Amino acid sequence: MLRLNRIGLRQYLFGVLIGIFVAVTAHAEVAVPLLASRVTDLTQTLNAQQRQTIASQLAELEQHKGAQIAVLLVPTTQPETIEQYARRVLDVWKLGRKGVDDGALLLIAKDDHAVRIETQYGLEGVIPDAIAKRIIAEDITPFFKRDDIYGGIEAGLSRLSRLVEGEPLPPPRQKSLSWSSAQDYFPILLFGVFIIGGFLRMVFGHLLGASIASVIIGGLIWLLMGTLIFSVIGAVIAFVFVLLGGGGGGLGGWSSGGGGWSSGSGGGFSGGGGFGGGGGASGRW
Amino acid sequence: MLRRFVWAVLSLVVVLSLNGCGYNDLQSQDEQIKAGWSEVLNQYQRRADLVPNLVNVVKGYASHEKEVLTQVTAARAQVGQIKISPELANDPQALQKFQAAQGQLSSALSRLLVVSENYPQLKADSLFRDLQAQLEGTENRITVARNRYIQTVQVYNTTVRKFPTNLTAKMFGMAVKPNFSVENEKAISNAPAVNFDAKPTP
Repeated sequence: MLRLNRIGLRQYLFGVLIGIFVAVTAHAEVAVPLLASRVTDLTQTLNAQQRQTIASQLAELEQHKGAQIAVLLVPTTQPETIEQYARRVLDVWKLGRKGVDDGALLLIAKDDHAVRIETQYGLEGVIPDAIAKRIIAEDITPFFKRDDIYGGIEAGLSRLSRLVEGEPLPPPRQKSLSWSSAQDYFPILLFGVFIIGGFLRMVFGHLLGASIASVIIGGLIWLLMGTLIFSVIGAVIAFVFVLLGGGGGGLGGWSSGGGGWSSGSGGGFSGGGGFGGGGGASGRW
Repeated sequence: MLRRFVWAVLSLVVVLSLNGCGYNDLQSQDEQIKAGWSEVLNQYQRRADLVPNLVNVVKGYASHEKEVLTQVTAARAQVGQIKISPELANDPQALQKFQAAQGQLSSALSRLLVVSENYPQLKADSLFRDLQAQLEGTENRITVARNRYIQTVQVYNTTVRKFPTNLTAKMFGMAVKPNFSVENEKAISNAPAVNFDAKPTP
């Protein structure tokens, strides 16, 4: 009995220890920095002018071909491997256009002496792993070994750019409206309530018109957002709105949702929604 | 007229509330798992396709490393024997067998790469270097695909077990799916033996 208890206790303690270990390591992971520019240097290795030069070259590539390449310098990626960290960064940054997935990341972990080129799906063909490995071994690390980080980045990126230039990618779009956010639909819904509601009220009268409008609006919201609760709320609001003859009462509730218009057009750099699955190569110096 | 209208509204409500019971969630998550599983198989296949080339190149420089080479070839054959189908993912035993075979190939390949370290000429061969880069990249893709698969299965299994969606899942016969486990579970749970007493080999 005593023995059993002891084993139970030991297992329990072991479990607690594992739990603590997991919690600690989960917190110790290097955070993914915010994407604000094509060159993110957390090690203060590059000066402002060098950052500017690289960023403008990469911007030119994006204007020309649509492909998004970014550079990230971190002190270390420990306790993760550079591969894991690179994937995590790209999962957050989403470089490359949505659907084309033409993005790539040049990641340098300075204190680990490790470098990685990680490609999204769209660039796996033009920068296969073997080529990425060669770029690292032949262009980048020779400079890094002489402590010339900037030179290595320049050499690596120029070869990457040349490869991407030769790839027939879909032409870059000038300006794309993003309709992805559900919030963007609210102004349309608002118009819908106005026009359809007014029309229905004219044809069917107040009560029936309002119920039909509420069903339509509820169904629309459900289709767009996929949540029953919002659609019910929307339907109720539409019902009241149409029933009362389009007074100002319901308007206040709706307009708060319209804030989505202005967002998304900031001056900085942001990923286009690209996706990848661990392509690329790593090297050390 | 009114009655028909009431029926229409009622059926609409029923259709809408299907979402609340999680039927749609279950379906889309199941579909995601299938896609994730295809990606896992895809990457394992990619690795298996690399093996013959790799073995050939190593043979050219290190033909007397017969043991390692046959191990890799045997493991590759073992992997090829497993009939790959989407249903494999639903059968815990088949999944385990699949994992075991792939794990064997993994360890055989890593032994091959360790052995190849002893042959400078092999290491300098550009074809070998390219193949090695491809193998590394594929191993990394396998890791990513497996991680994503594990996550999607976890989401699905949670939906299947949580109330009230578990009722829906039961009604439509959607069971909890087996997930990947750590490949070298045994190796991890055994503490490595560090022996300082051993005499250095002369």
